[in-house]
Amino acid sequence: MSRFIARRVLSALLTLFAISVLIFVLFYVVPNNPARTIAGPQAKLEVVEQIQRRLGLDRPILERYLKFAKGLLHGDLGYSYFNQRSVRETILTRLPVTASVALGASVMWMLVGIPIGVASAKRPGSWRDRVGTVFVLIGLSFPPFVFGLLLLYFLYFRLTLLGIEWFPAAGYVGLTDDPFQWARHMILPWISVAFLTAATYARLTRGQMLEVLGEDYIRTARAKGLSERRVVYRHGLRSAITPLFTQFGLDVAILLGGLVVTEQIFGLPGIGKLAVDSVTKNDQPVVIGVVLLAALFVVVANVVVDVGYAFLDARVRVD
Amino acid sequence: MTLHVPDEMPTDDPGGPVAATTTARTPRQLAMARLRRDRVAMISVAVIVGFVLLAIFAPLVAHFTGHPVNEQYRQLGLTPEGLPRGPSHTFLLGADQLGRDLLVRLAYGARISLLVGAAAAVASVGLGSLVGLAAGYMGGWTDRILSWLIDSTLSLPFLLFAVSLVSLTGPGLGVTIGVIVLFSWCPVARVIRGQVLSLREREFVEAARSLGASRRRIMAVDILPNVVAPIIVYGTLLVPQAIVFEATLSFLGLGVPPPSATWGTMLGDGAKLYRVAWWLVLFPSAALLFLTLAFNLFGDSLRDAFDPRGLTRLRRRK
Repeated sequence: MSRFIARRVLSALLTLFAISVLIFVLFYVVPNNPARTIAGPQAKLEVVEQIQRRLGLDRPILERYLKFAKGLLHGDLGYSYFNQRSVRETILTRLPVTASVALGASVMWMLVGIPIGVASAKRPGSWRDRVGTVFVLIGLSFPPFVFGLLLLYFLYFRLTLLGIEWFPAAGYVGLTDDPFQWARHMILPWISVAFLTAATYARLTRGQMLEVLGEDYIRTARAKGLSERRVVYRHGLRSAITPLFTQFGLDVAILLGGLVVTEQIFGLPGIGKLAVDSVTKNDQPVVIGVVLLAALFVVVANVVVDVGYAFLDARVRVD
Repeated sequence: MTLHVPDEMPTDDPGGPVAATTTARTPRQLAMARLRRDRVAMISVAVIVGFVLLAIFAPLVAHFTGHPVNEQYRQLGLTPEGLPRGPSHTFLLGADQLGRDLLVRLAYGARISLLVGAAAAVASVGLGSLVGLAAGYMGGWTDRILSWLIDSTLSLPFLLFAVSLVSLTGPGLGVTIGVIVLFSWCPVARVIRGQVLSLREREFVEAARSLGASRRRIMAVDILPNVVAPIIVYGTLLVPQAIVFEATLSFLGLGVPPPSATWGTMLGDGAKLYRVAWWLVLFPSAALLFLTLAFNLFGDSLRDAFDPRGLTRLRRRK
């Protein structure tokens, strides 16, 4: 087991190293002059050169990479080109918003997706199964931002016109400031992020459950007189749920993508919005910081999932 | 296929001679027959063909409405307050925030969506098959490095990466397609690799090898035809993904730049005005949804038709 973990962590470190090199090359080596960006198109050559020296852009590439990597290891991501604030600070202040959306949405898609999958698998072909299938199809085809926009239009705008002010339009209220308002502002973003993934989970759960419910031990459990509920949830779901675990690792990357769009639609000042805004302003240190942080997050999540999976299912450790 | 089974070849089937009226059909013919009986598939095809026609004849739509795609009708299309006018006889689906005809822009947007969808799907499937074939057949270090590359790329938060790549190059149609391909070839490569791993142990590959066929020839002539079915299915399912990807980037203002009419840009503009102009959100949304739904349903049917027992299993990881 410890060998498995060691190997997995090592390969994750290798991936992170490769990503850091990739980012460095893309942003600092490929013809693309950050000094020119800062100075503006009209600036004199001397000014550009001066900025280049200040940023250390005139040093050899290897030296610059080592400096870059050293900064990363210390959690130092440099400073924004525009407001001179530390990138780390900027990201940290926006992290709670993104975390609120991400955590709530994950809980929601599990609570929606898995029961729908189980209900479908209990009686394949029943009306419940058909409703579930339609849900999955719609969920998989809806582009996330379209769904968010429609939610905003119908649940916020239309309802508010009717005098039902359940859902606010946009904005963020801190959890510690006012938990109720926090949840109220979060509910539409949660639905819009969770809908698509809930469909994936419903589909996956249904397939897994169908397979598991056909096993001999399920028949045995039924034969010894356990209630259907107990058979399905305790005996069936428990072994059907392990592959979902792996799926969760993959979905972290998709989740982060969904957040970018959702934060944009609902005007949430999170990390995704920060990324888009920084790209439009060409504020490269912030873009790099966000991308690196996201990559780190995804890689770590995948290691955790793989190790957890190995705990749950001994067969994985062998390969 | 190289190992073509002659029609009169005896089979293991103990059922005895087949009735004289039955004609032998190749697996592909059987798949096509199953597909034609599938009502959902046929409706999806009709929807897709409808959008393709709309895209091809977009100039005709502009001609009949009399509104060129980028013409701004400040008087006809906007209210005195400068807000867009809704659906009417002049503008069947309403006007946008600059007084342009939404219907015409929708038709032109279909061109970009379908172009990006098709180009990105073909390129991703090509690249993915090539990498999958090489990794699966060569094995050893080639496989190890390629597999690591596939896994790493798959674990990247691709929308964020795509967004940051666009920041380096600036938005554009080519850039959009390139970015989509960059993040779409991996699942294909992974599936093809898995298939090739089991195919290369089969007797007919061994036979080809014993006849002295080169590695390249075995991959191209013996193995490739056997993975055509998953390639086609994946290609079809990649089209809606690419369309959504493009729309998302354009929505964020980082895809195909204006004044090109794309559904994503239209939705991005509409998102600012949805309180006064519902048509700006509803019609592009509906177009996007119907097109992607049709492609998804068709892809699913295609998969069922090629392998009634379910290629579905391949979609799962590990």
